Amino acid sequence: MPTRHDTAAPPAKGGAAPARPPAGSANEERRRARLSRRWQRDVRWSPYAFVSPFFLLFLAFGLFPLLYTGWASLHTVELTAPTDMSWAGLRNYTRIFDDEFFWNAAKNTLIIGIISTVPQLMMALGIAHILNYKLRASTFYRVVMLAPYATSIAAATLVFVLLFGRDYGMINWFLGLVGFDAVDWQNDTWFSKIAVSTVVIWRWTGYNALIYLAAMQAIPQDLYESAALDGASRWKQFIHVTLPSLRPTILFTVVVSTIGASQLFAEPLLFDANKGASGGPQHQFQTLGLYLYEQGWVNQHLGRASAIAWTMFLILIVVGIINYVISRRLRASS
Amino acid sequence: MTTTITKPPADAVPEPPKNGRRRRGLKAARAGGQHHAGPVAYLVLIAFTLVSVFPLFWTAIAASRDNARLAETPPPFWFGANLFDKLEVAWKDANLGEAFLNTTIVAGVSSLTIVVLSTLAGFAFAKLRFRGRGALMLIVIGTMMVPPQLQVIPLYMMVAKLDWTDQLQAVILPSLVSAFGVFFMRQYLIQALPDEIIEAARVDGASSWRVIWHVVFPAARPAMAVLGMLTFVQTWNDFLWPFLVLTQLGNPTVQVAVAGLGRGYTPDQALIMAGALLSTLPLLLVFAVFGKQIVGGIMQGAVKG
Repeated sequence: MPTRHDTAAPPAKGGAAPARPPAGSANEERRRARLSRRWQRDVRWSPYAFVSPFFLLFLAFGLFPLLYTGWASLHTVELTAPTDMSWAGLRNYTRIFDDEFFWNAAKNTLIIGIISTVPQLMMALGIAHILNYKLRASTFYRVVMLAPYATSIAAATLVFVLLFGRDYGMINWFLGLVGFDAVDWQNDTWFSKIAVSTVVIWRWTGYNALIYLAAMQAIPQDLYESAALDGASRWKQFIHVTLPSLRPTILFTVVVSTIGASQLFAEPLLFDANKGASGGPQHQFQTLGLYLYEQGWVNQHLGRASAIAWTMFLILIVVGIINYVISRRLRASS
Repeated sequence: MTTTITKPPADAVPEPPKNGRRRRGLKAARAGGQHHAGPVAYLVLIAFTLVSVFPLFWTAIAASRDNARLAETPPPFWFGANLFDKLEVAWKDANLGEAFLNTTIVAGVSSLTIVVLSTLAGFAFAKLRFRGRGALMLIVIGTMMVPPQLQVIPLYMMVAKLDWTDQLQAVILPSLVSAFGVFFMRQYLIQALPDEIIEAARVDGASSWRVIWHVVFPAARPAMAVLGMLTFVQTWNDFLWPFLVLTQLGNPTVQVAVAGLGRGYTPDQALIMAGALLSTLPLLLVFAVFGKQIVGGIMQGAVKG
């Protein structure tokens, strides 16, 4: 590749060179060599120039904070004096592992994660399947179902707090019409988790449906054609053609949703505005993200909050490894 | 799957069917994954669409009422008389004027910077060969997986040390790291920018910066627009970090300001809804105008190589 550039740049002078006297030609040679050296330097180093702004920012505001959180988790740091650190060894970790609310928050995060992710992705899959039909006004549906994605978490959560109100909320009113008793969506252990999950589901189902739809449209038509020629019903085509082709995409959305669920914060924080960081009076919907905030910013122990953050990090790494193993298995089997 | 049947090309005129099984097969084969939707499909879609917009619609209804009416059953299903009063009060109480200005600055600066930096890096990853490219790209993808909670504590320490509490640069700077943007632009440029064009510019003696300016930016423009809008939406709605470093009365972003409306033991529900509505309105307008492009962008980003 470099040799080609040598002869190519600068192109206009090349043809004129032979007609010139020998002295001028030597000058020309030197000039050309200099240009091409600059040219090669440019080709070799410009990629690094192009990626360096991103990586510099990443080092300063991504990697460094991530590592420093690990360092801070081994220290006692108070919110009131965040720059004074004293060595604490693993004491922050033993403290949080001894705290029942840590395990409660871990359990809540897992439960809310499951009941928000699983129905969300299944519905998204169904909606995407329908959107993949020939439709009138298909763009309209796609845009409208993105409206929840455009709504901020704060606005969405505040509306759902009202809709889920125990005494005057619309959802309980509707349940009453159908003959059910009023549900205490804020204080009940399970229903509060369902309510918080509903906000997540509402905001993200349409978005995930679009991602599935994109993947469905990339499936080659002849796969369906040959399945249809074999007499496969639409349902069988969905099970045997669509789902297997979507595997990588499904895996991708599962990973992204898992990460999203692990960092759930604003929804539970705002779902009971007065209890705030405790996630309901009995901590019934306190997530790890909220627990971290409570330890760091309400109880003012930044060191302990860092230990929570790193514990979350380790959990995510384990999830990542599991995901890697599963995706390798899937690739091997197909 | 039987191997004896040969597949007809998509545009071939189907021969007259010979038997029932064959006919059914061909009919489905023509449609493939592109069946016409039946009434049930439309019903499900319409129901889903209604569920998607209803909470937003009801936000406006609740904002047009007052506490007394919201504490009655059945809940209101249509607008009352207070909408504009409540919007006005929410605007003043939640410091929304300043909040809108702040959020526009934060989201605008972040989006512009992220779009430009992501295009540069995305181009390098998509089209240039350099040592360490694979490893660096892995880092980019790994970065997308790191939740912000893992970073906020040291960032908070930095902000405290620099005395940046309540200042916008404290929100802007950490938001400039967008691995998603790099990934998104790389995916787009791989297929949208033919190698021959870059080669041709190179043969003409163009420097890398000229290639960026005259070849890459023009080719990347549609993706840059979409990435800009997606980033704007995301930064506009960002909650955790602004919530930690900005205070509601100091120098809030819209999200921080609106979250503050919900506190207190007898909150004015209509007022909260008015604030929630105002905070979302600009984005809904963006989606109303550019919805098609945003949908296309999300779908484009989804098909990864």
